[in-house]
Amino acid sequence: MSVFKDAGHLIRFAGLFVLAFVVFLVVRHYVVPKSFGQYGHYRGAAIGEIAAHPMKFAGHDTCEACHTDVVDKKSKGKHAHVNCEACHGAQAQHADDPSTVKPVLPDTTVLCARCHTASAAKPKGFPQVVPAEHSNGMPCDTCHQPHNPGMDAPPADAQAKAAGGVK
Amino acid sequence: MNINRRQMLILLPAAAIAWKSVLAGTPEASPNYKMTDHWWGMLIDIPKCIGCGNCVRACQTENDVPDGNFRTWVERYHVSDWEMKNPLDIMTNPLTIPDVISPDGGKEGFPVASDTSGKYFFVPKMCNHCADSPCTQVCPVGATFISPDGVVLVDQKYCLGCAYCVQACPYGCRYIHPEKKVADKCTLCYHRITKGLTTACCEACPTGARQLIDLKNPKDPIHEFLKTHSVQVLKPQMATGAKVFYNDLDGSVR
Repeated sequence: MSVFKDAGHLIRFAGLFVLAFVVFLVVRHYVVPKSFGQYGHYRGAAIGEIAAHPMKFAGHDTCEACHTDVVDKKSKGKHAHVNCEACHGAQAQHADDPSTVKPVLPDTTVLCARCHTASAAKPKGFPQVVPAEHSNGMPCDTCHQPHNPGMDAPPADAQAKAAGGVK
Repeated sequence: MNINRRQMLILLPAAAIAWKSVLAGTPEASPNYKMTDHWWGMLIDIPKCIGCGNCVRACQTENDVPDGNFRTWVERYHVSDWEMKNPLDIMTNPLTIPDVISPDGGKEGFPVASDTSGKYFFVPKMCNHCADSPCTQVCPVGATFISPDGVVLVDQKYCLGCAYCVQACPYGCRYIHPEKKVADKCTLCYHRITKGLTTACCEACPTGARQLIDLKNPKDPIHEFLKTHSVQVLKPQMATGAKVFYNDLDGSVR
């Protein structure tokens, strides 16, 4: 016991140190999120939270499950590899509830021009026109069927529409 | 078994490292998606991009990106005939730098180019999901990180909004969300790719100029593409390990 004779002040200090360490551990337990360090120096649960973000674009596989007629039509033309939502916009809500959420039909005058307006900046091989010269402001779907835009497959009522548009 | 002090000093750190790897190997909760099976990136095929801005609009819709901020944007380069004949000199001669425009991030497309001289091309930009990303290294609180499947993400509940990462990104791909006041960036549509879908920008691209790639998938066509095409990354000299690959990228792109 002679070793500890004059060590009282050291033991008290050590006790204080141990107590502070326990307090630190308790505080740390409550402050640091459970999943911190699960995969690295970050909150592992954050990955799941980011993955839970709601989707707005349904994806072309979802569209094609129901709209098989459009898939057939598209497959024959130059727009075969253009995904549905590239033109029709985000349709996840429509896919979730097809009967109540009805997509708005795009205006072809605006929509087609986005890609097909002639510009020296576009790749040379890409089909492009000057809309004012090409159609004189008529909607593109007067003559072209957007799902298969080639002139070998015009819309069924092309003549009637053209007659209406020219007057 | 007798262990002397020297052996103990070697064994203790070894045991600590072993225990850390045991903790890190905890299997993830989702049974359908295994993070360790993927290593995501993107391929951008410059000759296919027509600058329609579909990707920018799709990204804003999908991820609720506030107006004026961009997770992806498109730049249009115009290299004039004179610029093509003279060496690029960024430091001393601004005349040699090509004209770059990106009106509202290219969201509504680009003005018609009337000057037919020189060459034009579009460069879609986005987070490069770097394997050695400078942005994740500077975060003081561990709010931004590279996920085990190679996507650079932000934990918005943990982020302080100090914007160190915004400054650290050499590609300018991060911004402070004006309402949430935290760092925001491209997540590579993590909520979509983990469900087997492609990203919103790839889904909306009409020409296939953007393609999601999985470098850990041996069947992904990217492996053949990388071998048969002249593919580059942006700022390779910064050794960021960028995983957005550009096909046929012009030397003037910075």
